[in-house]
Amino acid sequence: MSRRRILFCAGTGCISSGAFKARDILVSELDRHGISDDFDIIASGCHGFCEQGPIFIIHPENIFYCAVQPEDIKELVEEYLVNGNVVERLLYKDISTGERVKDHMKIGFYAKQKRLVLRNCGLIDPENIQEYIDQQGYEGFKKALEIDNSEIIEEVKKSGLRGRGGAGFPTGLKWEFTYKAEGEKKYIVCNADEGDPGAFMDRSILEGDPHNVIEGMLIAGFALNANEGYVYVRAEYPLAVKRLRKAIEQARERGFLGNNIFDKGFSFDIKIKEGAGAFVCGEETALLASIEGKRGMPRPRPPFPANEGLWGKPTCLNNVETFANIPLIIREGFEAFASIGTEGSKGTKVFALTGKINNTGLAEVPNGILMREVIFDIGGGIKGDREFKAVQIGGPSGGCLPAEHLDLPIDYDSLTQAGAMMGSGGLVVMDEDTCMVDLARYFLTFTQNESCGKCTPCREGTMRMLEILNRIVQGKGKEEDLEKLEYLGRNTKDTSLCGLGQTSPNPILSTLRYFRHEYIAHIREKRCPAGLCPDLITYSIHQENCKRCNVCAKACPADAISGKPKEEHHIDVDLCTKCNNCFEVCKFNAIIKE
Amino acid sequence: MANEKLESTSTIETIENILDRYPTKDGILISALQDIQNEYGYLPRESVETLAKKLKIPLSSVYGVATFFSQFHLSPRGENVIRTCLGTACHVRGGAKILEKLQEVLNLDVGGTTEDMKYTLESVACIGACGLAPVLMINNDTFGRLTPEKIPEIINNYEKDSK
Ligand SMILES: Cc1cc2nc3c(=O)[nH]c(=O)nc-3n(C[C@H](O)[C@H](O)[C@H](O)COP(=O)(O)O)c2cc1C
Ligand code: FES
Repeated sequence: MSRRRILFCAGTGCISSGAFKARDILVSELDRHGISDDFDIIASGCHGFCEQGPIFIIHPENIFYCAVQPEDIKELVEEYLVNGNVVERLLYKDISTGERVKDHMKIGFYAKQKRLVLRNCGLIDPENIQEYIDQQGYEGFKKALEIDNSEIIEEVKKSGLRGRGGAGFPTGLKWEFTYKAEGEKKYIVCNADEGDPGAFMDRSILEGDPHNVIEGMLIAGFALNANEGYVYVRAEYPLAVKRLRKAIEQARERGFLGNNIFDKGFSFDIKIKEGAGAFVCGEETALLASIEGKRGMPRPRPPFPANEGLWGKPTCLNNVETFANIPLIIREGFEAFASIGTEGSKGTKVFALTGKINNTGLAEVPNGILMREVIFDIGGGIKGDREFKAVQIGGPSGGCLPAEHLDLPIDYDSLTQAGAMMGSGGLVVMDEDTCMVDLARYFLTFTQNESCGKCTPCREGTMRMLEILNRIVQGKGKEEDLEKLEYLGRNTKDTSLCGLGQTSPNPILSTLRYFRHEYIAHIREKRCPAGLCPDLITYSIHQENCKRCNVCAKACPADAISGKPKEEHHIDVDLCTKCNNCFEVCKFNAIIKE
Repeated sequence: MANEKLESTSTIETIENILDRYPTKDGILISALQDIQNEYGYLPRESVETLAKKLKIPLSSVYGVATFFSQFHLSPRGENVIRTCLGTACHVRGGAKILEKLQEVLNLDVGGTTEDMKYTLESVACIGACGLAPVLMINNDTFGRLTPEKIPEIINNYEKDSK
């Protein structure tokens, strides 16, 4: 009998939920029952469903157990693996029907996804090249070796693939520019800096299926006559670096990387460069400067990296997800890829769904899918009994879209038109309790902090805009501030040197466009409609709702709530630190925030 | 004085060992600084000076790079480094409250280190566990689904550990 496979998710999310602890107990429990030899236990990459971690899937029957705590393992082994009885309580429970689901592909979270880039994530052991090869890995590269450079580039062009790093530049065109650029020595660079604070697509791809990225880079190298590749990985991603390093070693051992690969006269190798923590280094020219060991500051373009890149040589720089799309396009042909998506946005896009949503995690969807489907069908709707307010897409460079835009198709052009952008793929969902002014201020604090200071509009513009926003959330805003913000925003956008400055006003401009009334409430009425900005709210007790249970008084760290159990409670506004504890602990809606 | 001398020779040796790992000296400044930081936990001035001399790069340029990137630290850090996530997902789920509580419990500002060198408090933008927001990391361990009330207990465990 062949051994059964137990796949457990070893992505960052599940590891922090205790996946390895559960695994260790699994190993000893199997041993205790003397059945260790019947099973392979495999640490897989991220399944995307981080909300439900740790996740254990058992093959061949493909049963999906989620939120498996270390203390659940004993039962799982005895009941299921030994006796063959499904442990119902560890199956996924559908939120809407309350039913337990055995096959995860039937769960709303997965049903509407189209997993191409992530096809292997969660299915294979990322630290074992054979598992990748068994899934037709490196077939795309082998096929590429048999065709002409220009034909490969043509294939990528016809697929309609656009860069997944943010700007959406057509990948085939970029490859052609690099191919045609003069120079003996050329470089392939993979951008794995993933600076968007709240997104982790690239990380999951590198952790879950590193060979897919290596194969994409190999094909690019062969097509563009380049024989050196770099992957620039963000400093905060140690696990991704470890898995990538291992994958590169294994690819060398198998002869996919190295000199004269498969006797075709083509040589290629890949080096890893670890970033040192600077958001601006995601920008291509800054990234290249940083690989050269310099301060990561952008420079004006042209010349574009395709002509003058790393060490002044022609360089093709693409995002992780862009490269991860390549092997399938070459292996299956461009038509399959181009049949998915919309006119201007082909293929799929991976999004990191986070915020006030039920199913946080990673989802890959066909381009053109409606925002509503992503948030409500895949994301499972809003947490608790709150209302959807807005979705922030594209990270610090992106914008906020209100409920009117829930039926917007997600593709490069529709999003840009609506004042947001595809960006790298961060999707943060917000409910009524999110203050949009505070959110704009949050993103601006980030960009202001990360501005490298080279060009004046970005350095000064972000600072001045942030000062105004700080003023507004403190209730010191003035009527003319909104016009000033718009004026500064437009100028910073038009005159900054790189994308960081050019896109930094987007969160402000989009919230001003759709949520202007919230700004006005802060300025005119000195009121935060979401009840979030501490300077603008006071807490009091709703005496009719209050059951005099004293729970709030106990939770108050400042002793600002008077009254014993069964007595009337009052909040002393001078002592209150607005920590919100009382609001959170009260079960009777008796704390009023105004 | 003798002590200082001794230290210098060992610094030179360490830097030479690090540089030996690289076949060429082109473009290795950031990697070499990362190696030095791995060695000492921060970038001691003496080591930076030695590196500048060996690479024949002006000291000001080396510091230019070292201060540009947030990963590099010019002063020693605590035994336990606590990094609170202030990424977007953590922000909308109350990351700032977690940080406030940590500041209160440890009596530290962001970027500060306790006098007994036990804790350093930092903030980061997304550690990729957004599904569990709000999140913090202590050294290499991630703690998710936090509330301010859970903070004292988490810290307490580290108090016990080192005794
Ligand atoms: C401030 C800034 C940050 C960026 N961060 C990233 C990033 O983290 N990852 C990425 O792939 N591209 C990032 N980009 C976009 C890159 O400059 C570049 O356009 C992209 O990597 C090209 O790859 P693609 O054509 O495959 O999308 C950033 C751009 C700017 C201006
Ligand atoms: S935003 Fe905190 S882990 Fe991603």
